Amino acid sequence: MEKSLNFREFIITRLIKLCGYSAIVFVALIFIFLMKEGIPTFQEVEPGILFSARWYPIEDYFGILPLITGTIMVTLGAALFAIPLGIGAAIYISEISPRWMREILKPLVELLGGLPSVVLGFLGILILSPFLRGFLNLPTGLTALAGSMLLGGIAVPTIVSVAEDALDAVPRAYREGAWALGATRWQTIWRVTLPAASSGVLTAVMLGIGRAIGETMTVMMVTGNAPVLALSLSNLFSPVRTMTATIAAEMGEVANGSIHYHTLFFIGMVLFLISLAINITASSVVFRTKKRYERILS
Amino acid sequence: MNRILAINRYQIQRLGFGLLTLIALLTVVPIVGVVVFITLKGAPAISQEFLLGFPRDGMRAGGILPAIVGTIYLTIGTAIFSVPLGIAAAIYLSEYASDNIWTRTIRIAIINLAGIPSVVYGLFGLGLFVLFLKFGTSILAASLTLAIMTLPVIISTTEESLRAVPQAFRTVSISLGATRWQTIRRIVLQEALPGILTGVILGLERAAGETAPILFTGAAFFLPRLPSSPLNATMALPYHLFVISTQVPEMPIKVQYGTALVLLVFVLTMNLIATIIRSRARAKRQW
Repeated sequence: MEKSLNFREFIITRLIKLCGYSAIVFVALIFIFLMKEGIPTFQEVEPGILFSARWYPIEDYFGILPLITGTIMVTLGAALFAIPLGIGAAIYISEISPRWMREILKPLVELLGGLPSVVLGFLGILILSPFLRGFLNLPTGLTALAGSMLLGGIAVPTIVSVAEDALDAVPRAYREGAWALGATRWQTIWRVTLPAASSGVLTAVMLGIGRAIGETMTVMMVTGNAPVLALSLSNLFSPVRTMTATIAAEMGEVANGSIHYHTLFFIGMVLFLISLAINITASSVVFRTKKRYERILS
Repeated sequence: MNRILAINRYQIQRLGFGLLTLIALLTVVPIVGVVVFITLKGAPAISQEFLLGFPRDGMRAGGILPAIVGTIYLTIGTAIFSVPLGIAAAIYLSEYASDNIWTRTIRIAIINLAGIPSVVYGLFGLGLFVLFLKFGTSILAASLTLAIMTLPVIISTTEESLRAVPQAFRTVSISLGATRWQTIRRIVLQEALPGILTGVILGLERAAGETAPILFTGAAFFLPRLPSSPLNATMALPYHLFVISTQVPEMPIKVQYGTALVLLVFVLTMNLIATIIRSRARAKRQW
């Protein structure tokens, strides 16, 4: 009896430990499979072509620069919308709003995080892009701008929840000290609370941007998907194509093992490395400030 | 002149608070707007035939049953793989792991899993499950892909609710002669159950609404019958909405809004259940 109990305990403990390590295994597996299919690109496509400005796979042009600039353009636009909205809303929820208001606002922001991205893309096609076309008098409403606006909305919940946690974690004594010295609540927010929470707020912005870079369906549906080199501000008002949208749109039609197939995996590898860089930097900030790592996930 | 322009700091505060209130409204009102708008536009399309029928006329008429069933299958499939694995991983992190370099590596890995773009999960699923393990484009491959994507959400929320159980509960149980595992199973998991459920549902909600990871791992454009085995491909609501709003010409707008509404109801119901469980558990908690 005693022995079988010990044995069971031993097996279960081992099993649980194994599951605990699964996250590392999966990250490694993902990286290995992206490399396995993506690395051959270096042999099959000349660097001069790979880093050129022409993406036209049917005629063997695999220049990924338009896709990279497309991603950057749409993401920067999204940041322009999401950062003020996200941080503003976080400050409002954490510092200003009465308790009952907070109880309404937080679930609603969470709800936005749960809306499927296809639904947003769908509304983007039917409502937002026709509106933009008419309002700005453009030849088409399917532009980087439309993508940026929707992506901004997708990044907002991430920014709000992480930034709000960071603001919440600022000790109350800081605020009380500022009030005691005669500062208004507004001055306290700007000169004490926000600076004290700055590393957390920065993490929030980074994770929000990471979310925007990786978003696929919405972007594919509303940005028009033209692989043009987006270098000037005017490209915001014309169609662009992002890295994620390229993979999603073209992977279904390529032959397994072809150059095109490998190049799409190569793009996936680049995306993976970008998200790795963002998340490792963000988590190192979190660990440094001794914040609970779970906060940035939810 | 100077006197008119000079506003005191209390007026600045009022202006600032007004601005922030406006920003908060600007983020929240569109969310409510989207939900209300889709509900109003989609409601006329909902009928028994729409919910229980098969697509007809190049998906322009008939129902969306295969897509609804497909999404249910995918959600269940995802749960089968991600729930036990995620909860076990969370138990390890909360109850067993000591704070060393390996544990920190696990945490970084989890954060990274959470940040990987969904389409990259799709590529990975294609490479590993569809081609390497030869599952083909199937419910199995898509569920496994979605499960790995959901894992970080389940692990982090479960761990948080396990940690919220007071240490005294464990101490008492062990002092009464229970083993560590008995304590976890009978005491800690019991107490943390509502929090775990919330996390699991929120994770599955995300999986149910995702399109990119299933694009090349299990989604089918159109199927005349329901999938009969985990190795069949399947239609799914999010992918179906994508298809009928971009790939099918002359698609009746009513069907599109109807499909969007069904997807929204599916996802929001899960969200609502999670919110209710959480608030009820909070109200009931005695410690």
